[in-house]
Amino acid sequence: MARAVSRNTKIGWTIAAWAVALLIFFPILYTIITSLKSEQEAIAGFDLIPSFTLESYQTVQSQNNYWRPFTNSVILAVGSTLLALIVAIPAAWAMAFSPTKRTKDILMWMLSTKMMPAVAVLVPIYLIFLRTGLMDTRIGLTVLLMMINLPIVVWMLYTYFREIPGEILEAARMDGATLRDEILYVLTPMAIPGIASTLLLNIILAWNEAFWTIQLTTTNAAPLSAFIASFSSPQGLFWAKLSAASVMAIAPILVLGWFSQKQLVRGLTFGAVK
Amino acid sequence: MTITFRALLGATALCATAGLAGAQDSVTLTIATVNNGDMIRMQGLTSEFTAANPGIQVEWVTLEENILRERVTTDIATQGGQYDILTIGTYEVPIWAAQGWLVPLDDLGDDYDTDDLIPAVRDALSMDGKLYAAPFYAESAMVMYRTDLAEAAGVTIPEAPTWTDIMTAAQAMTDKSAEQYGICLRGKPGWGENMAFLTAMANSYGARWFDTDWNPQFDSPEWQATLTDYLTMMNEYGPPGASSNGFNENLSLFQQGKCGIWIDATVAASFVTDPEDSTVADKVGFAQFPNKEGVDNRGNWLWAWSLAIPASSDAQDAAKTFIAWATSRGYTELVAGKEGWRAAPPGTRASLYENADYQAEAPFAAMTLASINAANTQKASVQDIPYTGGQFVAIPEFQGIGTAVGQQFSAALAGQMSAEDALAAAQANTTREMTRAGYIK
Repeated sequence: MARAVSRNTKIGWTIAAWAVALLIFFPILYTIITSLKSEQEAIAGFDLIPSFTLESYQTVQSQNNYWRPFTNSVILAVGSTLLALIVAIPAAWAMAFSPTKRTKDILMWMLSTKMMPAVAVLVPIYLIFLRTGLMDTRIGLTVLLMMINLPIVVWMLYTYFREIPGEILEAARMDGATLRDEILYVLTPMAIPGIASTLLLNIILAWNEAFWTIQLTTTNAAPLSAFIASFSSPQGLFWAKLSAASVMAIAPILVLGWFSQKQLVRGLTFGAVK
Repeated sequence: MTITFRALLGATALCATAGLAGAQDSVTLTIATVNNGDMIRMQGLTSEFTAANPGIQVEWVTLEENILRERVTTDIATQGGQYDILTIGTYEVPIWAAQGWLVPLDDLGDDYDTDDLIPAVRDALSMDGKLYAAPFYAESAMVMYRTDLAEAAGVTIPEAPTWTDIMTAAQAMTDKSAEQYGICLRGKPGWGENMAFLTAMANSYGARWFDTDWNPQFDSPEWQATLTDYLTMMNEYGPPGASSNGFNENLSLFQQGKCGIWIDATVAASFVTDPEDSTVADKVGFAQFPNKEGVDNRGNWLWAWSLAIPASSDAQDAAKTFIAWATSRGYTELVAGKEGWRAAPPGTRASLYENADYQAEAPFAAMTLASINAANTQKASVQDIPYTGGQFVAIPEFQGIGTAVGQQFSAALAGQMSAEDALAAAQANTTREMTRAGYIK
């Protein structure tokens, strides 16, 4: 039974929640505001009301072609996430439903690879990409981003699969389902919400990746992270242009996030006692 | 079977020949560059180059300065060959040329006129008499000041001022109640930020980074005088929050009329005198970088963004063709014809400064040239030193060491520690790093 909550407590919590949300969202909001200022206003100091000029957007679009990096970002983010799901669903299934003594260790080991700073393996990976001709190719980066995000994908799916009662799979097996049928027609449909939130979160992670995508590309496969990196200038004013480039780069993912809030929240909070 | 095999061989040979022929017909140059006004202009004019050289295509990769350095260093160190032309500065050229990473540029064609390059810039980009990078824009540092404020305060700044002149003028021009600050200088930490300025200032005080055995010299009276005077000027006559001010922040303050004096890169002169962006465009005077009385040294600040070819490039001839075009006299004239003489890339060619049209449009031309000519990057200090470089020390370790020292000095400016403590910390850090790197035995 829910506890009775007084009206005042409710209002208090609502205000607190909004305040925290605003605090977290503020850097993005201020980037959007700055992008609508002139360069002079942008550097002049803190001001929440811009002059609403689109000058920076025009300059950014005329200096660099937006669509090539945009297309690359979409291909890399979606491609690497789908590839990761293809590998991770069977892996998570095995770990969730046929665990061995070492399953936990394997999961921890996978997660531990995320703890190493990326720059530590820059030179070996750079050399592998050079020798195999994968440098500055979409396919090379897609595979690399898939590998980077794989531990998180496996962990998320594993946590989700564990909530599905094993008896349902047993029943399917009793009815003569093969392993393939079991994963494709029983497990996957039941796990759709979990898979969807995993998919969304990983698209966001891959979209925002800004180390490898800059280090391993020059022109052909450079995504929006490289597009943003090109607008920071050592001499001359650039804050408004940089903000405009950032807004153009994050807008698609922001919209996607907005429409899929429910799945995302579920994806980020599951595992907790429900 | 044999026939199929032969057919296959034949087809492969044909493809290979076609590939070679294709390669000869069209070469794509990948150019790594930074995002500054002159480079963006060059990108816009690339079509003029490709029209004159139909066999060469040009792809630009623009990156933030530090990311560019990181990317290019990785690529060169692994012989990656991702780039055919690099945009690098006077700091990298001597270090990378010594490693054998750059292609010498001693054959840029008969009409290139290498002798027209300003000697100080040419020296900074050469090793053993060979040019390793061609400059497309160069700068020194100088004093920019408000002529109206100086007049109102009753002070004059001579063409070759001393630090005492600057401090007196800064004091007279300060009116903090009206947000009028006598002097704006860099305070943001970084080897290319506050340490570029402070190293030049230290040079002009007779200080040096290292003695001939590579021992750091922050415990010398010259460095103490440098830092003490810098902090006095900034605390008494400088803007608030100066420890986070770099080139761009000071540019904005000066353009809004809040600084009496600004000492920084000569390239700033074209920004502060541009009536479109600057509220004080017609009230700016120029003077040489100051020196301490009795020290014959004006900072020796010199920087040139330059184009170089990495040894790993497989299109070196085409790259030379591009560099010869982009850093030629003809290119300067092309820019002037399209956007006026003010937009011509400054600081690289003596002929530009002899041009009457340029002198008429750029009031800062004479002082820029005098400042560049005065810079000696081969011997930056009046004392004996084991290194080259002007506002930096041309050793690979300097990026790390310079930034660490810059953080101490920035903290002193922010009031978090005293000048003595900052110098002691800088001395200890630098001694440790130099010992670790094997300079100090």
